[in-house]
Formats: sequence, structure tokens, C-alpha cells
Amino acid sequence: MKKIFKLFSIIILLSLNSYSAFSAEKVEYLKTDWSFKGLFGKFDRASLQRGYQVYTEVCAACHSMKYLSYRNLSEKGGPEFSVAQAKAIAASFEVTDGPNSDGEMFTRPGKLSDKFVMPYENVKAAEAANGGAYPPDMSVLVKARGGGVDYIYSLLQGYEEAPSGMTLDDGVHYNKYMYGNKIKMSAPLSDGIIEYSDGTNASIEQMSKDVTTFLMWAAEPSLEARHQMGFKAIVYLIILTILVYFSMKRIWSRVESEV
Amino acid sequence: MSDHEYTPKSKAGKWFNDRLPLLTLANHLTDYPTPKNLNYWWTFGGILTFCLITQIVTGLTLAMHYIAHADMAFESVEHIMRDVNYGWLIRYIHANGASMFFLAVYIHIFRSLFYGSYKSPREIIWIIGIIIYLLMMAAAFMGYVLPWGQMSFWGATVITNLFSAIPLVGEGIVTWLWGGYSVDNPTLTRFFTLHYLIPFLILGLVVLHIWALHVPGNNNPVGIDIKKPSKDTVPFHPYIVIKDGFALLMFMIVFAFFVFYAPNILGHADNYIEANPLVTPAHIVPEWYLLPFYAILRSVPDKLLGVVAMLSAILILAVLPWLDTSKIRSAVFRPLYKQFYWILVADVLILGYMGAMPAEGLYLLIARVATAYYFLHFLVILPVLGLKERTIPLPLSITEPVLGGSPNMAMAKKKESKLE
Repeated sequence: MKKIFKLFSIIILLSLNSYSAFSAEKVEYLKTDWSFKGLFGKFDRASLQRGYQVYTEVCAACHSMKYLSYRNLSEKGGPEFSVAQAKAIAASFEVTDGPNSDGEMFTRPGKLSDKFVMPYENVKAAEAANGGAYPPDMSVLVKARGGGVDYIYSLLQGYEEAPSGMTLDDGVHYNKYMYGNKIKMSAPLSDGIIEYSDGTNASIEQMSKDVTTFLMWAAEPSLEARHQMGFKAIVYLIILTILVYFSMKRIWSRVESEV
Repeated sequence: MSDHEYTPKSKAGKWFNDRLPLLTLANHLTDYPTPKNLNYWWTFGGILTFCLITQIVTGLTLAMHYIAHADMAFESVEHIMRDVNYGWLIRYIHANGASMFFLAVYIHIFRSLFYGSYKSPREIIWIIGIIIYLLMMAAAFMGYVLPWGQMSFWGATVITNLFSAIPLVGEGIVTWLWGGYSVDNPTLTRFFTLHYLIPFLILGLVVLHIWALHVPGNNNPVGIDIKKPSKDTVPFHPYIVIKDGFALLMFMIVFAFFVFYAPNILGHADNYIEANPLVTPAHIVPEWYLLPFYAILRSVPDKLLGVVAMLSAILILAVLPWLDTSKIRSAVFRPLYKQFYWILVADVLILGYMGAMPAEGLYLLIARVATAYYFLHFLVILPVLGLKERTIPLPLSITEPVLGGSPNMAMAKKKESKLE
């Protein structure tokens, strides 16, 4: 039995090791306590709501989030805005709909069922407006980066003066945590760039944490359900395994053999 | 395989069974005499059956919601994750299920290598197993392409390009595989079709694998034939059923941990970026279970020879029953083979690690040495070892100790209990 576990752990460790070797840059990411980590991890509701505010007031100017719908904002396990609030948020956006009976496209206020409105018509338009760099869609951004939340959290706070000897082209910025240290996005956050509606002090660190939490939820909206179900499933399996173990011992006691 | 002829008790049962002997089959499966000394390494056959069924059931469900189109595949996966009821659960079981499937199959294969289960009279079981393994790799590779992320796209490009190494017709074959001049929508739709087909081929081969197993019966940790079925074996049901069930539950706990708490840890982050033919990822790596063969491919400087080496590394297993010249099955009685066995295990793990590293410098050198050793093991060490090795005397039967209370049997017993 012990050997089985040994082999299991060797294989698992080895596979983890080989993957982290790519994702991890040599720099250490900034660490913070994420409420959604661990067996019972849940999102901090207030942080998600603040994170949405950062996203919509800062990031959404360039970054789309095309796989999310406004209804998601009021769904369980998310920021859990009230349905009325989510409706109001949706209605604050202009959505292109149509064609109508005259064959014309028209705009109307957003509804809960609408996907998040994109800042640009298409990738080309986004590139043209951002010096050739496409601001990636943020729907699954956290899962699409090796370091995950720690990477995003660090990147947002990683803007520094370029070290002497490093020349940066126009529109390129130095970031400690970016792959190759060169990033086309200018520092998006500055102290007090937004005013939190719940009165929290909008420091860069606070905003980074809130928006990263929001991005984590956006990428993994079922995280809370997954953690809850996982705990139940594993407890159930462990109890069943113990019961089956004793049944097995009982059955095998009829023959002269070890099991 | 019980000696007595089975007849159903009820009249209706007898009537049916005379026309289609399903009840005889069921009776055979429950009574099937199994060596009583099987250890837990023998439970992975049942675990693998579970994995296959899990993949088929979750896969069917995913196929109801997935759209095999280059412009919509990535989005449809997000649709499954967000809008389909428990879609996230089904997809994470399917994605991690592939890894669990390979974890189990590697243990199953290495168990066979340790206890010599591939040797006469079980060569056909073994060869069918190798074909299943090949089909599993094909299915897994094509499945990884379906989400149409960056690693899907570029993995497909790299692997299909291997065929271009074939002289004269290579380029033509690649175009034919792609259904165009690059990996694109036609490639995706055909991969989806084949990914859907292969599991059912595997299912058919699994039936043959088990059928072929039930002719000679199971090998066992001592590796000698059953002498007295009444003493050395137990009926499959309930003894093996409950033991396999217990092992399966332990396996499911590990499986559940990945699904619920680390669902993306075995995948690559780049596959959450939608496929983009204009941007090549910094490192293109296959899934972990293909890494040893990827390392062998890259350790040969010539493209064609690299492909040949990679394919040989797998196909060499099919002729293993004839490369291993030893008549003794179990490594318990082969002190030298046992050491070379563990060196091979280490060699394959090293190859896997090197497959994940960039092919340069020291990594490449180690990968080359490990590749050479892999072939050395099968082509030189095994044939020679069988002829030269001084083996430990075998016990007379699974249950009876060797005459005169030989210490070897005690040693074998100790080894077994350690494994358990």
C-alpha cells in the first residue's frame, strides 16, 4: 500500500514540477491571502463587487470579457449583486441589436441576457487603438497565465523605472513581472484612480487584489460550487472506502490468504 | 472456467441460454478462478475499465454541447463551463480523466513488466494491450486539440508535421491529414470524428483483451502456473470484485482531488488562449503522459530518424515477449532483472522530465543518454539477461512452500506483503 502512494506522489510531483518550470519566471511573485484558495475557499463578496468596479471603470476601456453575461453578476457564487443592481448595470450599456423589420441594426439598453459589451468591434480595431498590441480578453485570463492570480496581482503592481542600460521603445513600459519585462500596457492603476462605492481606500494594492479576485471569478465562476461539492464527494468516498475495506476483510477471512 | 457445465435453474433461463448463452457467460465471469495471491498492482485492470467508461459517458455528454468548428470550438467549451448545468464538472472529469487513465495504464504496463505477465502463454493479451495503448495516445492527442486553444493548435501542428518526415510522400500525407495547407477547420472536424470513434474501438479491444486473459487465466506475483485451482484460486466474485472495488475507491479519491481542487494543474495555461495561427507559444509541450516519447523524438537530430525512434520506442513493446528470453516470469525470482527493471522505471521518468524541458544543453544530453538506454534495455539487456542470469528457485505452487522450507519463498512472501 505504502508503495502505491509513493509511486503516486512521485508521478504527481514530477508532473507538477515539469509544468511549473515553464510558468514560473525567475522572479518571485507578490503574495497575498486569497480567500478562494483551500478546501473551503470562497470568494470575498465585497472584494468581487469592488473588483467589478475596477474592471468596469479601468480595464474595460480596453479589455473585453466576452464570455460573461450581465446575469452572471447576480448569480450565486459571484459578486452577487441584486437582480435589480445587475439590471441597472446591464442597462447602462448600449447594445447593438437587430436587424429590425426594416433591416437596420439599432442600439438599445443592455439586458441581463446580454454578453458583456466589448470595447472594440474586433481584434483588429483593438490592435489599431493600442499600438498594435491586442489587450487580451479577460474572461479566462487568470487560467491562461502560468502564475495565475499571483502573476496578475504582481503584474499590476510591477511597474518600475527601467533599469539603466535598457532602452524602451515608444509605448513600451517596464514591468518586473512581465515575460521579458516589456509590456505595452501602461500602468493601469494609480492611487485613487477610482472611488470605491463602499468607501474602501483605493490603493494600488487594494485595487490589484480586488480586480484579480474578480478575474478569478470570471474565469472560474463555478469555483465555490466546485469546492463545496468536492468536499462532500471526497468525504463520501472516504467513508465508502472504509466500509468497503471492512467488507473486504470479512469476505477474505473465509480463505487462507492476505488481502 | 469452472469444470462443471452450467445450466440455469429456471426453465425460462434455460430456454434463453440455449439460444444465447449470456447466462453461461455471466456464470463464467463470476466463477472465474483468480489466483488468490494477486496484490494491489493487479487492481488496475478494473480501474482502467472504470476510466474508459467514465471517459465515454462524460465524452458523450460533452459532445452534445461542443461545437467542432474552428471559430466556435473555444467558445463552446466556455459555454459548457458556464452555461451548461454541471458542465464544468463533466468537462473537468473528462479532462482529468484522461490523465488518470494514463496514470493507471502506466502502472498496469509496469506491473506487467515486473511480473512478466507478457510472457507465454499471454503474448496475445499483451499485444492487444499495446494496441489499446496506441489508440489511447491517439484519442488523447486528438481530444487535446478539440478545445482549440493555443497548445491544441500548435500541438496538432507539431505532431501532424512529423508525417512530413516520410520520404517522397510525406508532404502529401500531411496535406491529406490536415485537409488543407495548415491545421484548420477540416483538421478539427476530422479529429473530432476520430476522437469520438476511437474509444469504441478501445472498448472492443478491451473485450478481446479480457477474453484472451480468460483463456490462460491471470498471472500472479509468484509468476508460476496454477497447480490446484481449488487451493490456489478464489472465484472472481465476490473476492476480486470487492478488492478491485476497494482499490477503485482509493483511486477515485485521488481522481476527485484533481477534479475538485486542482482541475487545471495537469493542463497547460496556454490552452486557455484561443488558437492563433500567427502566434507560436514559447514552448510547445504535449500532455505529461506523452512526454517520454516526445523526449525520444527530440533527442535524435534527424527528423525522420527521430520519428522512427519514437515509434520504435512504442512498437518495441509489442515484441517484448520474444526479446525477453527468460522463462521465469516474476522479477521476484530474477535478482538481476529486478535491478534493471527499476533502472528502466527511472529511465522513463527521466525521459518524461526531459520531454518537458527545452531541448538544449544538458537537458538534451541527458535525454539522449536516456533514449539510448531505453533501447539498450530492450534490445541488449533483456535478451542477454535471460540467458545469463542465475534465478532463484521457484516455489512448487502459490500456496505450498518450497520443500525443505526454502528461504526464497519466505522472501517472496515478504516482498508481496510489502507491495500490499
